[in-house]
Amino acid sequence: MLGALIIVFREVIEAGLIVGIAMAVTRGIHGRGYYISGGVAVGVFGACLVGAFINTISGAFEGVGQELFNAGILCVAVIMLAWHNIWMARHGREIAVEMREAGEAVRTGASTLMGLAVVVAVAVLREGSEVALFLYGILIASAPGSAMSLLVGGIIGLALGAFVTALTYGGLVRIPSRYLFGVTSVLIALLAAGLASQAVAFLEQADVITLLPDQLWDSSGILSDTSILGRVLHTLIGYSDHPSAMEAVIYVATLAVIALLMKLFAHPAPAPSAR
Amino acid sequence: MKQHYTNSHRFRALALSLFLLCGVTTFSQPAVSQEAAIVKLTLKNHRFDPAEPHAPANKPFTIEVSNLDGTPAEFESKTLRVEKVVAANGTISLQMRALAPGRYRFFDDYHEDTTEGFLVVQ
Repeated sequence: MLGALIIVFREVIEAGLIVGIAMAVTRGIHGRGYYISGGVAVGVFGACLVGAFINTISGAFEGVGQELFNAGILCVAVIMLAWHNIWMARHGREIAVEMREAGEAVRTGASTLMGLAVVVAVAVLREGSEVALFLYGILIASAPGSAMSLLVGGIIGLALGAFVTALTYGGLVRIPSRYLFGVTSVLIALLAAGLASQAVAFLEQADVITLLPDQLWDSSGILSDTSILGRVLHTLIGYSDHPSAMEAVIYVATLAVIALLMKLFAHPAPAPSAR
Repeated sequence: MKQHYTNSHRFRALALSLFLLCGVTTFSQPAVSQEAAIVKLTLKNHRFDPAEPHAPANKPFTIEVSNLDGTPAEFESKTLRVEKVVAANGTISLQMRALAPGRYRFFDDYHEDTTEGFLVVQ
């Protein structure tokens, strides 16, 4: 039971953190509950589909379908996160003003909700498909008695994942609102950079990216990225205990591009510039 | 007018991102597959056979994993930098780049307790 619990929990941490962040970021935006829960629902449905058709996906593109699929949906998440940050750099102030004037629920943020819903769906789909496969394996393979206890372990693992969401959300909303935007911008940029380097890892595995393949360091002895803390940092800041040089390059490049675009699109200062 | 300015900015930014993305994919070309060695592994009753396969050092090769169990597995190795689901009764193959000599640990992520194996590269 404990084994199943740990395996499932390990897989749902990433999705749990991302859902928590998405909820904190969209706090006060009208209708966010529908978007986030919609994202989770689509993700769960997608995860079951992926689980059911994993053989077809694997066989696609001369055997690298799995890698390309993972890299593809990770790229979608990266673009949506970048888009969110850029959008907030431009409209964050309007939202803050409207929030002060109109109380809690504002409508201004609706256009960024869709992007975050997609990010949530991707996170749930990716981690969820592994959970679905694992639980499916348990259900069909174990002796009748042990299947039940393994399943219970799996369900507790899922519940712990939801707890991670609650913790993340609870922690973030404690941050005073004038700092919240700054904190979440950094958080989302790091999240995006981490997901981008995960996409690189899949493309390297598929032999699509062959440039700069050398391992930069091995810190698995200090902090393994399969440990719970390692997993959390893996999601939050893209920590890897054995990154390739290319992963690092893309990580830095993603951060730089997001920072650049945020600056480019930033809301002009109150005094209109002469441009 | 302001709207127009904003959109052109956005367009430029999008173009820049796409350009960067294309740069990465065009500069990195798929490795030419030579008549490389194939390391064949089977997974049965959540055990790898052979548990200590060998592969030649310093040249690319292929790993083929066949899952003979009725449950899905995930072939994973930190040091080989691979992570791939193998469906029940399914087979996957992985194109490996040239590796330095050494022992590389691999396992099925869903049954790590019984599935440890080592790829001996020499």
